[in-house]
Amino acid sequence: MHLYCLQAMARVPKVLLRDLLGLAVTPGAVTLDVLEGAGQDVGRSCILVSIGGKNIMLDCGMHMGFNDDRRFPDFSYITQQGRLTEFLDCVIISHFHLDHCGALPYMSEMVGYDGPIYMTHPTKAICPILLEDFRKITVDKKGETNFFTSQMIKDCMKKVVPLNLHQTVQVDDELEIKAYYAGHVLGAAMVQIKVGSESVVYTGDYNMTPDRHLGAAWIDKCRPDILISESTYATTIRDSKRCRERDFLKKVHETVERGGKVLIPVFALGRAQELCILLETFWERMNMKAPIYFSTGLTEKANHYYKLFITWTNQKIRKTFVQRNMFEFKHIKAFDRSYADNPGPMVVFATPGMLHAGQSLQIFKKWAGNEKNMIIMPGYCVQGTIGHKILNGQKKLEMENRQTLEVKLQVEYMSFSAHADAKGIMQLIRMAEPRNMLLVHGEAKKMEFLKDKIEQEFTINCFMPANGETTTVITNPSVPVDISLNLLKREMALGGPLPDPKKPRTMHGTLIMKDNSLRLVSPEQALKELGLNEHQLRFTCRVQLQDPHSDPDTLSRIYTHLKSVLKGYTIQHLPDGTVMVESIVIKVSSSAEEPNTKVLLLSWSYQDEDLGSFLSTLLKKGLPSGLSSI
Amino acid sequence: MAAHLKKRVYEEFSKVVQLPQEEAPAKKLRLTKPSKSAALHIDLCKASNPTDALQYLLHFARSSVEAESVEGVVRILLEHYYKEQDNSVRLKIASLIGLLSKTQNFNPESILDDTLNTFNTEKSHQVLAQLLDTLLVIGTHLPESLIVRHRLIEVAYKHLSDTYFGVRNKCLQLLGCLGNVDTPLNKDGQGLVPAVIGGSAPGVSGGVCVRDAQSLISDYFADQDPRVRTAAIKAMLQLHERGLKIQQTIYDQACQLLCDDYEQVRSAAVQMVWVLSQLYPESIVPIPSSNEQVRLVDDSFGKISHMVSDGSWVVRVQAAKTLGNMLQVSPHFLEQTLDKKLMSDLRRKRTAHERAKELYTSGEFSSGRKWADDAPKEKVDTSAVNLIASGACGAFVHGLEDEMYEVRIAAVDALSALAQSSASFAEKCLDFLVDMFNDEIEEVRLQSIHVLRQISTNITLREDQLDTVLAVLEDSSRDIREALHELLCFTNVSTKECIQLALLELLKNLTKYPTDRNSVWKCLKFLGCRHPTLVLPLVPELLSTHPYFHTPEPDMDDPAYIAVLVLVFNAAQSCPTMTALFSDHTFRHYTYLRDSLSHLVPPLRLPGRTQAPGVSGIEGSGSVESAQLFLQQSLSRISTIHNLQDPGAQDLLNFTIRDLQRLGELQTELAGAADFSATYLRCQLLLTKALQEKLWTMAVPLCLKHNAMATAAAKQMLEETYKLEFLYSGLENRQVATIHHVRLQAKALQLVLTARTRRGVEPLISVCEKFLQEVESFQRLFVVELPHLQESFVGKLLDLSPKLSACKPGELVKILQTTLRQSGFLNLQLPKQVQRASATIIEPTGESDNPLRFTSGLVVALDIDATLEHVQDPHNTVKVQVLYPDGQSHVIQPKPGDFRSPGPHRHRLITQVYLSHSAWTEACQIEVRLLLAYSSSRLCKAVWSDSSTEGLQPAEGATEGTISFGKPVKVFIMPKPARR
Repeated sequence: MHLYCLQAMARVPKVLLRDLLGLAVTPGAVTLDVLEGAGQDVGRSCILVSIGGKNIMLDCGMHMGFNDDRRFPDFSYITQQGRLTEFLDCVIISHFHLDHCGALPYMSEMVGYDGPIYMTHPTKAICPILLEDFRKITVDKKGETNFFTSQMIKDCMKKVVPLNLHQTVQVDDELEIKAYYAGHVLGAAMVQIKVGSESVVYTGDYNMTPDRHLGAAWIDKCRPDILISESTYATTIRDSKRCRERDFLKKVHETVERGGKVLIPVFALGRAQELCILLETFWERMNMKAPIYFSTGLTEKANHYYKLFITWTNQKIRKTFVQRNMFEFKHIKAFDRSYADNPGPMVVFATPGMLHAGQSLQIFKKWAGNEKNMIIMPGYCVQGTIGHKILNGQKKLEMENRQTLEVKLQVEYMSFSAHADAKGIMQLIRMAEPRNMLLVHGEAKKMEFLKDKIEQEFTINCFMPANGETTTVITNPSVPVDISLNLLKREMALGGPLPDPKKPRTMHGTLIMKDNSLRLVSPEQALKELGLNEHQLRFTCRVQLQDPHSDPDTLSRIYTHLKSVLKGYTIQHLPDGTVMVESIVIKVSSSAEEPNTKVLLLSWSYQDEDLGSFLSTLLKKGLPSGLSSI
Repeated sequence: MAAHLKKRVYEEFSKVVQLPQEEAPAKKLRLTKPSKSAALHIDLCKASNPTDALQYLLHFARSSVEAESVEGVVRILLEHYYKEQDNSVRLKIASLIGLLSKTQNFNPESILDDTLNTFNTEKSHQVLAQLLDTLLVIGTHLPESLIVRHRLIEVAYKHLSDTYFGVRNKCLQLLGCLGNVDTPLNKDGQGLVPAVIGGSAPGVSGGVCVRDAQSLISDYFADQDPRVRTAAIKAMLQLHERGLKIQQTIYDQACQLLCDDYEQVRSAAVQMVWVLSQLYPESIVPIPSSNEQVRLVDDSFGKISHMVSDGSWVVRVQAAKTLGNMLQVSPHFLEQTLDKKLMSDLRRKRTAHERAKELYTSGEFSSGRKWADDAPKEKVDTSAVNLIASGACGAFVHGLEDEMYEVRIAAVDALSALAQSSASFAEKCLDFLVDMFNDEIEEVRLQSIHVLRQISTNITLREDQLDTVLAVLEDSSRDIREALHELLCFTNVSTKECIQLALLELLKNLTKYPTDRNSVWKCLKFLGCRHPTLVLPLVPELLSTHPYFHTPEPDMDDPAYIAVLVLVFNAAQSCPTMTALFSDHTFRHYTYLRDSLSHLVPPLRLPGRTQAPGVSGIEGSGSVESAQLFLQQSLSRISTIHNLQDPGAQDLLNFTIRDLQRLGELQTELAGAADFSATYLRCQLLLTKALQEKLWTMAVPLCLKHNAMATAAAKQMLEETYKLEFLYSGLENRQVATIHHVRLQAKALQLVLTARTRRGVEPLISVCEKFLQEVESFQRLFVVELPHLQESFVGKLLDLSPKLSACKPGELVKILQTTLRQSGFLNLQLPKQVQRASATIIEPTGESDNPLRFTSGLVVALDIDATLEHVQDPHNTVKVQVLYPDGQSHVIQPKPGDFRSPGPHRHRLITQVYLSHSAWTEACQIEVRLLLAYSSSRLCKAVWSDSSTEGLQPAEGATEGTISFGKPVKVFIMPKPARR
């Protein structure tokens, strides 16, 4: 047998996805994801992908809600003992938020992983700062043991390989990865992972609407087998950002004009920079004089990196940084504790964002009594924090030492979020055109809605695995086969239209699978290579026919009959008493006892199977009367 | 125009060939031909390798070839072409042929056959593509010839199946530029060649493959190469541009191309879909997966809206721009573009805009102070939510939020175009435009303010919207603020609170940026005019009057108080009851302001005060027609004068000049024409006075005084002629000739005077020669006008011209003297529209008594703000002059960026001039004035370049100078000695 179609379908590799972890609960102290309404969750992200025999870990996040082992992903899922190096080909970190990179030193240094870790340049720069800060809080302040050390963070960072946008990086001979811009925070990236013709795109967190300092996520039509997308806002369609910005600026402006003070509690990175730029440009535009302060800490170091990685910001900042780097704030100065008592209007950004401790709380206590002042909460607040209480309109707060604090200042809520909303997610799907869709990083109930929508609009499969669940997607990879030049030339010589790369075409040949290579050669060559003799396969068949004529007459009658039926075929009447139709031989014999019953002997080779079987059925029907012999 | 010119030139060329007596130049042509091409031939033969040959060709490409020798050169190039093995050299030759066939006056038809022959042997794809490009050049130069077109298209069709994309591209381009759509006819059954040429052969043989260019091109919409796909769409658009009707059948194909992988294809497809939507707006297309049908324009609008959220910003810009051009779209679809159903956690949420509106209508003012203020309300039916925008949903919401400002600007422009055609849409897009006032890029902000102004006639601003608009008044950019003032001039507001709010914000603006004074006042003037009834209830408060008590009289110099008064007075103009509310000092202030700021304060009918009769007289009878008639009458009266020496002529001139000046003051529309005629007449008057008979008969030493007077008159006449020529726009050739004529008279007068006062002949000779040259150039420049000047000075002079050039200076002077005195009065014909260039310096005002102090030797910047009207090309002509008290003067050329153009014929100059001087003991005034620079050569070029080319002689007689226009302003400055 030697008939293979070139477009052979091979269902070989499988893609395994294990969304390891990510339960619900409270956002922690440093990372922030601003969510609207109630009941959101920020989990740890950690996804394992097996594609084309390669295992890749996407993000290595930490859960801020737990203080025990549960805060890190369960790496025993991969291996019970020993190091992870031999099980993982690479680790990719999408951005610097701790729920996406917090467990990295634990995994690489304490569990043990020596392979490459990929992240973008800004992520690589900012990630260790955040990790160190987090370590300080947990170890130095809370006094926990069995936590990673500073040295471990450093060692871990040594294993990081930086990525550039749109740069294709070969992890090994087969596995390649490529980063795309994701918006969200500075340095956030989406990654395309490709092995052969199979590919997966992991979005991390992304934002489809540009903001004041970052652009919108973008991906080309790469048509991955699976698109793994976050779905934090699966059921939200957001209003235009401009209204919110305008409201925010108006509120600040009015308060400052009144001579009031504005407190904006923020977390150090991400939204804080956006708000700073917003206020800075507004101050510049409106020629305002009131001072803006930023409470120090992490921020200064982080701002430094924002200044450096100008190529990762949006169009406006990128284009104007030659004249002036937008992150070199003219109006925003470092805050000192004593400034809080200064008279006159001012705007202060202070950490942390939920007013549960630290500088923001101190300032709040000082300013809360004056109705001219204002506090703007730019994000979500966890239940139990002062931020949550005042947002819900509580006017009297009980502080420590049984003191009560009367809240007279105005409380505003302003949501600025950097996640794609439902429309944004759909837009990304339209851009990438994936064959399958996988939703992570969201609530099941909301994801259900989006899943239905995706399946309905794009008619593709959509998965939403629970934690620890494995999803398998069958892909349809094309298998490249080397074809021998001779065979190709022979095929060309047969004529027909020129090959069209968009249309499949069938041809004859022998597929040789040997030493991990596939070759398509002509049958002769295959026989020669394998040292085999060619075997002829012939079918023979007898057909009984009632015919009163003599044998030669019958034969000539058959000849004329076939000649009239099979036009365009070469039919020969050979002198040795046979009729040849192409390579099919027809003989007539009759037994002595029944001279009228003729036995036709048909014989054809395997290649002429079609024609042979046609002839046998044709002749079985008998010869039509009225045929004249020659 | 170009084509017309070429055609004309071509006709002339062929005429030369036809005439038998023109044999000689034809021979000459033949002589020059070999010389040029021979050189090339030798060069090419010398070339030993392809690189050398290429070098020669490159060198050759730089030199120009005359039309006559092109054919020869092409032959030599082709000869070499067939010998050449190297592809790059053949490619260069092919491109050279293309370049050469563009040569003016050359008919490329003669080389067509040779060029087509090369196709038979050519194997290289690149060279083929270049050859096709050459054919394209030839084809576009011979648009009339059907046969040529047919042959070219044949070639294009033959090579369409080439494997190289470049060849296919060029073939498609050829088809697009030359193909025909309408009657697809075949030329005498030439096998498979499609008859893409229409109407060439009436005898059609049936049964052959008959296809037109359109279906041929549309086959390549599905080509495997994106570049070819793009070329195919472009070719189709080219067909459309040539005025051929595109069939609707390709609509589906074009729509599919919108989802192409490549951005250039998508971008071109957007254009294609738009073109189709404009051609067949009303035809009905089915919606896939449903039984419904929509109009094609709506369908394509939806599809293009979809492209506003494309991955590539180039496509997004294209799509956003295109949306603005689809005015036939139904309102339902249009309004969808601003619609974005918001939801949060699966519950419907109202947009901030909706909330604002609701709060406003419910009477409760926006607080936005509660956390859950925007909390989602009703539950959304999950099946009804459409996440992927079907149709136009939210296209502009996305476009206005785009990362790239190019897209945002395009979206704002599109909004403007659509809003101008639909009032209801204008109402809807208001919120979005107002939001754009807060954009991060100033250009976008400015553009959205302009757009809002354009559509503001259709809309009324709500209080909350006005609030956001007014917030921008504090912007530090002057352009933004002024644009906003302009916007407020045209805005309608709904309540008296709005007026109050606007006034308050404008006053705030005034205190923050005092330089905005004029703009703010003007803004309030219009605000008052538009809303008299809304201002009325505010008047007591605004003027702080009290029913019982006298309130202190406000300070008259306070710009804020003036601003309030401007608002009130303008409102009072159409609200007679308002004046009753004024207190005494208000009336006093009114009369003061009516005088000092008459452009801002309208005349009011005040009770118990009779207005000056003159003032009311003008208002009543001053129609333009009667004034025009008066002007005509005055001028025709003048035309009765034949000789200026006639008795009474001078008086008549005097009176007419007076009349005209007064007319110019009263009727601003005719000010230009009246001034122009008055100035002209004054020149004539001066001349007449200078030529008074009795004085000329006296001996020279006896009339020194008269001489001085005549010299001054001549000088003044000269100056006036320059003013006449360069200060007024809208002059025709006739008037320019008249002005030049006066100038010539003035010069002749000067010459005569010089001859009288000076002794000796030598200095006179050169002056005479110069004068004669001027007469000559006048004759050359105004050949057309000469018949009208028969009786005049020049006419008489020209009659004598052969004698003039031969005679001695003394004789010449005598002739001039008599001609000057005998020549008749030349009548002035007024052109339809004459406008006088004018300039007003707004800033500095010159009122300030506080000197500008600075350290001597250093510089101080003086802000200048001026409006210019009817100035052509102010970037080059307007200059600022600073005159110091010691007679020093500086001329400063402002930067081109300092000029803005707020309206037609109107310019605004906002610039800074740097002053410096050595130390003074007292503060002293310097004078700042605007100058209009002119150069007669420039004008000559501008006026006559299109009619006759030989008139171009820039060097000769070119006079350059400056005219000061507009009132000068005096500024106190005080340079102090530097402290040691």
